[in-house]
This record gives sequence, structure tokens and C-alpha cells, in this order.
Amino acid sequence: MLWGSNARAAHPIFFHHVLKAIRKGAKLAVVDPRQTASAQFADLWLGLNVGSDIALSHTVAREIIVSGLANQAFIENSTSGFEAYRDCVMEWTLDRGETVTGIPAASIRELAHTYARADRAILCWTLGITEHHNAVDNVVALINLALLTGHVGRYGSGLNPLRGQNNVQGGGDMGAIPNKLPGFQDIETDALARARFEAAWGVPIVPKAGWHLTQMFDAMEHGTLRALYVIGENPASSEADVTRAQHLLGSRDTLIVQDIFMTRTAELAHVVFPASVSAFETEGTVTNSERRVQRVRKALDPPGNARDDIWIITELAKRLGAAWPLATAEMAWDELRSLSPMHRGMSYARIEALGGLQWPCPDETHPGEKFLHARLWEKDPEKRGRLAPFSPVVDDPPVDKISDEFPLRLTTGRKLDSYNTGVQTRAFASPLREGEAIEISPAEARSLGVRDDERVRVISRRGQVVAKVRIDPGLRSGLVFMTFHFPEEVETNLLTIDATDPRSGTAEFKAAAVRIERLDAQAAVS
Amino acid sequence: MDLHFTTDVPTDDEREAIDAVLGPDEASSPDGAPRVAMQNRGTPERRSLVLPALHALQAREGWISPGGLNHIARRLGVPPAELFGVATFYAMFSVEKRPKTVVHVCDDVVCRVNGATEVAMACRERIGPTHEENEGLMWIKSPCLGLCERAPAVLIQKAGRGRGNETLAPATTEWIRASVEDKKLVVEPPLLVGPATGRRLLARVGVVDPMSLDAYRAHGGYAALRRAIDIGPSLTIREVKDAKLLGRGGAAFPTGVKWEAVAQQPARPHYVVCNADESEPGTFKDRVVMEGDPFALVEAMTIAGYAMAAEKGFIYLRGEYPLAKALLENAIAAARVRGFLGDNVMGAGFRFDLELRCGAGAYICGEETALFNSLEGKRGEPRNKPPFPASHGLFGKPTGINNVETLVNVNLILGMGATAYAALGTPGSTGTRLFCVSGHIERPGTYEVDCGTPLSRLLEMAGGVRPGRTIKAILLGGAAGGFIGPNELDLPLSFEAARERGVTLGSGVVAVFDQSVDLVDTLLRIAQFFRDESCGQCVPCRVGTVRQEEALHRIAQKRTLGTLGDEVKLLDEIGQVMKDASICGLGQTAASAIQSAVTRLKVFEGGA
Amino acid sequence: MSTQGYVSVDAPVRMITMDVDGRPVKVREGTTILEACKTAEIDTPTLCYASNLTPVNACRVCVVELEGARVLVPACARKAEAGMKVKTDTERVRHSRRLVLEFLGSSVDLSTASKSTHEWIATYEANPARFGADASMPPPPAASAAGETASHDRDHAEPGHHASPDVSSAATVAQAPKLDNDLYMRDYSKCILCYKCVEACGDDAQNTFAIGVAGRGFDARISTEFVVPLTDSACVYCGNCIGVCPTGALMFNTEYRMRKDGTWDESKQKVTSTICPYCGVGCDLELHVQANEIVKVTSPADNSVTSGHLCIKGRFGFSFVGNK
Repeated sequence: MLWGSNARAAHPIFFHHVLKAIRKGAKLAVVDPRQTASAQFADLWLGLNVGSDIALSHTVAREIIVSGLANQAFIENSTSGFEAYRDCVMEWTLDRGETVTGIPAASIRELAHTYARADRAILCWTLGITEHHNAVDNVVALINLALLTGHVGRYGSGLNPLRGQNNVQGGGDMGAIPNKLPGFQDIETDALARARFEAAWGVPIVPKAGWHLTQMFDAMEHGTLRALYVIGENPASSEADVTRAQHLLGSRDTLIVQDIFMTRTAELAHVVFPASVSAFETEGTVTNSERRVQRVRKALDPPGNARDDIWIITELAKRLGAAWPLATAEMAWDELRSLSPMHRGMSYARIEALGGLQWPCPDETHPGEKFLHARLWEKDPEKRGRLAPFSPVVDDPPVDKISDEFPLRLTTGRKLDSYNTGVQTRAFASPLREGEAIEISPAEARSLGVRDDERVRVISRRGQVVAKVRIDPGLRSGLVFMTFHFPEEVETNLLTIDATDPRSGTAEFKAAAVRIERLDAQAAVS
Repeated sequence: MDLHFTTDVPTDDEREAIDAVLGPDEASSPDGAPRVAMQNRGTPERRSLVLPALHALQAREGWISPGGLNHIARRLGVPPAELFGVATFYAMFSVEKRPKTVVHVCDDVVCRVNGATEVAMACRERIGPTHEENEGLMWIKSPCLGLCERAPAVLIQKAGRGRGNETLAPATTEWIRASVEDKKLVVEPPLLVGPATGRRLLARVGVVDPMSLDAYRAHGGYAALRRAIDIGPSLTIREVKDAKLLGRGGAAFPTGVKWEAVAQQPARPHYVVCNADESEPGTFKDRVVMEGDPFALVEAMTIAGYAMAAEKGFIYLRGEYPLAKALLENAIAAARVRGFLGDNVMGAGFRFDLELRCGAGAYICGEETALFNSLEGKRGEPRNKPPFPASHGLFGKPTGINNVETLVNVNLILGMGATAYAALGTPGSTGTRLFCVSGHIERPGTYEVDCGTPLSRLLEMAGGVRPGRTIKAILLGGAAGGFIGPNELDLPLSFEAARERGVTLGSGVVAVFDQSVDLVDTLLRIAQFFRDESCGQCVPCRVGTVRQEEALHRIAQKRTLGTLGDEVKLLDEIGQVMKDASICGLGQTAASAIQSAVTRLKVFEGGA
Repeated sequence: MSTQGYVSVDAPVRMITMDVDGRPVKVREGTTILEACKTAEIDTPTLCYASNLTPVNACRVCVVELEGARVLVPACARKAEAGMKVKTDTERVRHSRRLVLEFLGSSVDLSTASKSTHEWIATYEANPARFGADASMPPPPAASAAGETASHDRDHAEPGHHASPDVSSAATVAQAPKLDNDLYMRDYSKCILCYKCVEACGDDAQNTFAIGVAGRGFDARISTEFVVPLTDSACVYCGNCIGVCPTGALMFNTEYRMRKDGTWDESKQKVTSTICPYCGVGCDLELHVQANEIVKVTSPADNSVTSGHLCIKGRFGFSFVGNK
């Protein structure tokens, strides 16, 4: 099941594996407001209202429960909090689900029964779930479904957030999370881990979680965050409500940007460190979506004065008076292995020989773990460990409401040949690239009286842009779509809302309310 | 699938013609996406409508237009590039705009010695060069049209609402003119089937009305199926085995053994298929059976389905047989109405139905696995064997496939009993066989003789060569068969005798050439045939047929590379790799007639 | 790992013994004669075979003699069975392999074909020139003759019809290269019709189906629908067709241009394997670098993530490097 994921376009090689399974008889369900390329391969596609994921999930859950399809053995053995969860979903009848999600009850029922009856089922999601103001609740709602059916902790079953960037998993692994040390060791609660790091680094580790991105922007707004060191990010283009983001970034006391491009953010910086392309110009590791730690290698010399990240950081330390020795990537990695138990068994030699290793890999005889949470199936409470908790969550529609003034739901996403804000993909001449456009349904085009390629004004409560129209029969009436691959052409994030999930710090890129105006109509008015 | 289409859209006419085959179009709403979509992953049987849909488009427009192709692709969920690959595989489809009337003039080995040159000359005079449009008309040359007994033959492909293809033989300029102008002047000549005595398979041909189920029943029709139902499927197979019936398609495999193998396969569903893609140059007997006694084939297929536990049968008919198509369509419809096909056949509680599918001008589709691919809506490329059709046939399922003549023998076997049947012919070749006698012969036609009858006797029945002429060569078994000389007329027409003499009876072709024939010209035509009909899948055949034709032309034009002997050796080497390493029977036999002319007729001894 | 959950268990491997060139060879059940030959360390030429694609066994260069079989069998596709007796070096086998190589060498421009192809041509003493064409010369453009067919352009050849052969030279598949997009080019003069690109574009990997085999016989060719340029086709520029092409008929524009300029030099190229810088799937890339420039990107066919296949970003999205 792909929920809020258009893997055909965003994760093409992962989708090859899906296609192989389909050819062997696997069923594919896709939940997505748009009838995407992925949806066109699906046995069942559900085009829900943007932001009604919890409603759909709860309706599916109730249908599974009342049909007697819940995995009672797993629920009793391996989970906690089922009663509260059941009470919370019980009000989500098929009829109510249909009203809120826009999907016919019969199809919701079909999805529920298909998922629950499957021998094995994998539920994958991406930004369609997480780019919402209630992202964590959305994720939890999906996890609940897996717990309800026992589709977790077994080979061929499970939950999988498909990572959008080659090392977003690795970033988390390495502790680029406000409350974690490398190896997901909690900075506030894990005193043993802190002690290990203190011993290795010779400095005290403050047991206090840091800020995530949104909190940083809030702190900038409140003046408590005045200096910023940005490595390989372009928040001046990628943040929702970029007007605000650019203003805050541009008004810091110190802004350092370390990047391979002169990005919008770098243009605002006081100091720019030219960096190297990690995948092509440096040695190191990345971790992919399946927790596989893989080696990147230096194939090219970086141009001009660009240096690799280790060199820059070591040099910075030196200039600040800390005489860190210049380490190789492998030395840095071996230090990590000494501090992060789940990485301990992954020597460069083994990663090389085995073509990558999946964590956890506690020692050098361990083959790496194919899938997680198998412990939940253990009968022995000792081996089973902490029960997996059901988490009752509440449906909470998008913040930016549809109204007469802003009658269209704008959702954003990605294209096959482009990547995020386009700084990397702009450089190659993709024959597929058509530039930014506001994609609308044929019905919308008729009622607005616009044609393909006609330029129109798109207006939200926060800003407006001019973009050309592209008619997409995969969209339904009322739903419009843009990417943000071409900010230099059309700054889509002028339209999006920065309503943000307080826990994940992700903004609601997936749901803005807009209206479309014809340029000539406007001219006629003014 | 996330199919991509060019901007070409079908005209209303194209859409109508295609939807008439595919059913009403429940296209997605013009407003955009619905709320949900459940994909029917296109059953393989659905995809098999590719060929009928392409036929419908070609028949309406005279070509496969981009908009029409897109419509078929969208309706059937087949990628347009793949569909284009299918359309360009068949000679009866054109992906370039063509006039709505195209005259195909057969210039194959039999017609070219019996008036084809004159027809071609007349066409050239009146229409112009081949492949060029002239006032809504075009003419092209064609491989054998399966009308050799009435040579010269012409097929007129006529597109447009209410029009249909037509064959003419013997073709006269007057008839051709009438046909292209849609005048109904043409009278179908009687089927030429030799004397009534000794005709068992052909007993009803020319005797009963081929349109009438009642006439068929009045002449013994459906007694065989009744007997099969009485004795049950396994005893039916037993009968076929005991009769020692060998397949008449060329491979001479025991039919009962094949049926038993299919019946025993646990996988479901089972299919039965009739290979009616008769296109071996010089072959026309299956056409005569289907035109003269179409219900016999329907009955035999029903017996096959019953015996092999198949509920669905397909007849894959050669695309160039419009009359057989009409008669079989009528027979199937009549049988359905009267309960001889359907959910409860003859009230006996079993289900069987038949579909007629037409090829589109590709000799290779007579190869059984190529036929499956073609039927499935793919390019008619043969599959590698093993696995064999009995376990992996049509749609990858257990399939019993037999040709027309083999099948109608089953009616005979069940009618007279296996013992009596096995007493006919020789111990190694039981029953009777149909031979297609054509060429330089007094009374060309389809002749039924007991297996083992000497070739000379068959030729006598057909009246021998014209007075004053002598036989120079006989092509046995068609282009994939071989030549024999006038000194070999004592050959008994049995599988074992043929094998012993190193010849093949193949599809029953006996094409007679008297001393007026230019054998090198005949060989060039055969080489051209294989070059044109190779599917192109495997290198030995794809390139080998080209190199073979080139070498023959160099010999014919006395422009040899090295000596004539070097070229003959080269031909032999080319023949060897085609025979040894080609995927299918086409490549494996593409050199056999030419090689036999070299070795048996010494055609190049003393120069070309 | 839990015993309660489903654990991936490889099916028990049964070994069978067969005979290759008189030597007993043990192989896994379900594998092919080709695998058996590999196990026996016998070099078997292959052109249309690739480990990451379904065998089409169309080229027939891998044929071997199987006891009891009337004709030679393709080693790449024929399943190994216990007790099979196979001979790989008989006169019959050598003859077929030699002729196949001669057929291809005389009709296709093999100048950029894999090194092993040229080694096999030498091993089997194939002489493509014996059919009247000098294989070392660029093949002549298809000459117009006789006027019997409507078009001599291979892309528009009609099934079932061809011009009478020109006795002065052997027919070839020569036609002009197709340069219709910014990323890669197609030179079907070099196409041996191995079907690999069609498989990689279709069922076996990408499932885009932008190209198919069109026409038949010697005129069979790889084509989009109605020969439209790739930019109008379904092509998504994953380049998986390039990745599997054995003859260089499909080529990165970078390589094509460098070859044209005479700067392509594989001896000066270094191949480094790394991980794609884009999404989180973690595809292995092999960067082919010459003079500190990436000139081509491939992925290993035996890689568990990619099976050798990439997407447009992984294959072509490297231009940003050095582009600052």
C-alpha cells in the first residue's frame, strides 16, 4: 500500500521492486488525492480529500474491527492501548468516512478488507503523510493500522517511510535530530550513552534536546537564535512561506552557509564555505530507506577552493582554537562505531564486501537486520520487550480552509526528473522538463475558460504567483497541483502555508487554499 | 500502467469501428479523475482482442492510423509502441496511409507458372508500379493465397463501411475490375475435390450446403460428438490413440498422445486451438474443408474441447480466407443457437464455446507457438520449446493445438471406430490424407487418398501433366518441403516412406512442374518467400534468409563470389546454421527446398 | 529473528549433475546450461543474454549440442536437467556460432561492440566479408533499387515485401543515427536486435514501454510508435536501454560526442562506485570518469537495489557537479 506516495515518480527504482511484485501477483493499493503514475498501476486507487488521511485510516480501522478482521493474537500479545484506540475509531462508520474523505464507502471497505486479509502487507508513505500540520498524527494513524492487523515485524510486512533524500536516514542515524545522539541514543534520558560520548570527546554532553527547524525559525523570530550555520540546506527556497523565511535568514547576526551551490540561502550568508559533492567528490557513507549503510566514494576532484565537509569542520575547529586532528572518513566512521552500538559491526571492509549493511548490526559477525520489530511476536515478555502502543489520534483537517474566496485545494509534489528546489537537477537537460505550471482538471479548465499553457494568476491567503496552466486528467475538479522545483520561475512556496507540526517541524506543503484568475480577466477589472 | 500517448486522436469513424469489436467505451469522465479506480489488470483474453481491433481499424480506414492505434492501445491497456510493433508484423496491416482498395496478386511458385505474370502485367498497365496509389487503387504482389488449384489468384483488400475482402481465382482482369468497383459479378467456382469414391474427410464437400446445420446433420453431422459424449472424455482420447492418428500439420506427432498430455495437466483452464493458418505455399486443402464442410470443424473442435477438458476453443484462421471466415462464423453462430456450443453442449452438461480469430498475413503464425503469441495480441514470434503447448500453450495454459485436417479426422475416427480407421492406409500411416495437387497438371484440386497410395496414382487421378509435357520436378510439402524428380513418382504417400526417402509430405503439397518451368526462378521465389516471412527474432533465420537469397541472385545473375561451387558451398553453410540454430521450424526448413533442388535435381550442375 | 514471524527462507537447493564436454558438472536445479558451462569454466559466447533480463535466446550464438535433441539448443535459456549430455565444442556448434557472428558482422556495424564480441569473432574465425561486404568499411546507405517496394527506409519497411537484393554487396541494417534528445542517441546501424533494450524499457525493469520491436524479418527494428522522436514518446530517459545495449547502438550523448571528436579514451577512464545523490532508495552508481569529468553512469547488474537499472536523475543528473 502506497499512502501519500507517488513512488513511480519520486522513488523510481524502489517502484521497480513493486512492479516485480505486481508481476508475481501482489496487489497494490494507492491512497493519493491525485490519480498519479503510481495510482495507474494500482489494483485499487483511493482519491481522498487532501488532509483526510486520519479519517480514512480510522474508517478502515473500524471496518477491520467490526468485520472481525483484527489480528487479536497480535493485539493481545504485542500491543497496548487497544481499547482506547477502538473507542476512538468506533465513530468512524463507512458513511462518515465517505463524507469526510470523499471516497465511496464500498471502496473504503475494499481497502480495509484487502489490507487486513493479506497474508503479508507493506505500508509505505512519504510526504503526502508528513507534509501536514499534523504529520506525526498521520503517521501514527497508519502505524495503528499495522498494529491492528499484525502487518509488522515479519518478513514481507511492515511500515516504511520512503526517504526523499539519499541520506536523510543517515542524518538521523548520525544524530541530526534535536533529541538524539548518534545511533538514536536519547540525549536527555540515556546517561550511559552520554557518558560514552563524554569519555570519547572529553567534553560534557548537555542532557538537553535542541531545536528542530521550525523551532529554529520561531527562535529567530523571537531573537533568541542569532547565528546560524547551514550545511547543505536551502531553507530560503524550501520553507513554506518563503517570504518570512528569507526575511529571518537575512537578518541574522551571523549566517554561515556550507554548500556546493550558491543557493538563495547562500546569497543571504555572511560567510560561504564551498563544499564538495558528497556522493561524487568525497569518501563516506550514507544510509538508504531500508537502513542500509552504503559507501560513497570520491570519483572527482572538487573544483576550485571547494573542500570536503570533514576538512572544513576540522579547519573551522582549528581556527577556533581546538586542535582536532584531520580525520579520514573511515576514522570518523570508526569513532562512530565505537559509540553507537547499532553500527558497531559495520566496518568499511564489511560494507564494501557485502554491498552495504542494514542496521542494527551490533558485531562483526552480524549479517545486518532485514526487518525490524520481530521481537513483538515473541511470547516471552523478556524477549518481546516494550509493547507497541496504539495511539488514538484525532482527525484534523488542513489549516488553510477552502472558502468561496479560495475555492481550490492546492497540493504540491514532485516530478520524476527534478529534485526538490531544483538546484541539482536544473543543470542537466531533461527532455521531460516542462517547467512549473499549475495543474488543473479538465473540468476546472472549462469552468475557468483557460487553455493549456495559458498563464494565470494563482492566489492564496499569503501570496500570489503567475504560472502557466497544464490540464491533467489525473486531477479531479477542485484539486490543483504544483511542484516547487522551479522557484526561480514560479515561487510556489509564496502560496503554501507554514502551519507546522509541532513535533516533526514539517509544514503543511500539501494543503493550501487558492483561487485561479485569468490574467486578461484581471486586466479587464483594473 | 502509466501509458503515454501521442496527441493523435481517433476519428469518430475509427472509434466506432474499434468499439464495435471491443464493446462500449466507458472512458474516464471528461471532467478529470474519478474518486476511486479499480484496475482490472487486463486479463490475457482481453489483450487477445488486439488483432480483431486492428482488423476492424484496417477494414474501416484502409490503414492503421496513429489516432486509431492510440484508441486501441488505450482501450486494451497495451503500450502504443508495443501495439505498433504488432501492427507492423503483419502484411495485411499498413501503418502508412493507403488507398481503400488494394489488389494483392499472388506470384508464388504455383501461380507464377499459371498466369500470375499476365495478371501482374495487366495490373501494372492499368494501375502502375506496385505500392503506388493510382486513383484510389494500389496493387502489390503477394505470397501464396491458398487458391493454387484455381491459379492465378488475387486477394482484394477493400476498406470502408460495408466493404469486405474478396478473393478471386482464377483471376481475370474483368473480375478484378468488378470487385474493386464493388460489383457482385463474382461467382465462386465449385470446390475441386476429385472423384466422390474414396472421399471420407471430403464426403460432404460440394455435396451439402455449407451454410446449413440441418444439411450437415442430415449427412451424419454431430454423430461423432454424440458418440464421444456417450463414451466419455478418456475413451474418446483412447479412440484417437488407437486409431494411430498422426498430426497432418507436418510434424506427424500422434494426436491421441498430445490430447492425453493436455487432458492430464492439472493447471486450469485448458484451451483447444485449431491451427487454420494455412499458408504453406501450395497448400489449400484446409480451406477446401472449411469452405465445403465448416460444421465438421466446429464439431471436431467441440470433441477436442470435451476430451481435453477445455471450455474454450479458438480457430485461428488465415487472414486471406474471407469465404472460410464467413462460413465458419455462420457455422459457429448456428451451432450456438442450436445448443451444439455453449453452456450445456447437446444437453450433456459440459460447456464449450468457440471463437474465430483471423491472422493478418504472416506465414510464421502457422507455427504453433507463434500462433499463440499472435492470438494473444503479440507479435507472432515463435517461442522457444520446451516448454511445450501441452503444458504452456495459449495464455501460458495447457493447450491442445491441431490443424484442420487432423481435427476432422477425429470425426471420422469416432464415426467408424478406431479399429476400422486404423485399417485404412498403412500400419505406420493410418487413415486417408488430403493432397493439394496443383501446377502443371490437368485437374488440379484437393484429393483424398488412403495413406500409402503411390504418388503416381495421385497424379493419375489429377489427370497427369498436359499432353506433350513431361514432369521436370515436383515440390512436395511446400516451400518448407523439398523437390523430387520425375524418377521418384513411385513414392508411397506415407510418413514412413517419405522419411525413408528423405522427403517430407509436410502439408500435403504436390506442386507439379513440367519442363517449361524455370527452376532457378522458382528457387528465387522460395528464397524471397522466406526472406519476407522470417519473423526476424533469431539471427540464423533473420540474416540467413537474406544471405541465401543474395547468393541465389548472384548465381542467377552469374555474378558469383568465387566459383559457382563456392556459392553452392556457401548456400550449404547458410542452410546448415539455419537448420541447426534457428528457433523454429521456419528457419529450420528455410533452406530445405533449395538444398533439395541442389542435391536431388542437381539444379546448378552445369551452371545456373 | 523471531520464529513467529515469517522469515525469508531460501528454498532448499537441490543439486543436479549433468555432463558437459564429457565432464560431470554439478549445478543448482532450475539453472541453465549456460550456468553449467560457467561452472565448468567453459567460455560461452552470448550477445542477447543478460543476467538481469529474461532470456530471449534470439541471437543463438550460445547454442550447444544436446544429446537427443534434433537441433542445437540455446545454452542461455535451456534449463539444466539431471543427466543431460552437452557438447560445446563440436564442429556443428562451432559452425553455428561462426555463422551467427558472420551474419551479424556482415550486416551490423560492430565497431563499438563489446571487447568480448570481437574476441569471439577471432576465436570462431568468423569472416563477415565472405558475403560480399567489407565489414571494416562503413556499410553503404540502403540503395534504391527496382522500385518493387514503397520505401527503402528501414523505419518504414513493409512486412512481407523487400527490394530485390543488390548482388554487388551484402545487405546491412545501415541507417542514419537518431539524435532527437539532449541525453542519449540511437544508432540502429549498430543494432543486432538482441531485444535487451525493449526488455529493460518494458517488463523486465522500467515498465515504460517506449520502444518495441517493429516490422519483421531482416527489416525488424527497434521503434517508437510510428517512429516518433523520443521526445514525443513515452520515454522517461532512465537510460536502462543504454545500460544493457551490447553494441553501443545506444549511447550517452557525451560518449557519442567524445567519440566523434576523438577524445573518448577508455584507457584513461576510471570507474568509481558510489551512491546516487538523489532520493533515499540508495542506488549504486558506477561513475565513469575521464579527465575529472563524468562521461557515463552505469549500475552493476548484480546490485540488490538496482539490478543494474537507474532513473533519469541517477543516470543523467550529474551535470551539477563542477557546474558552480
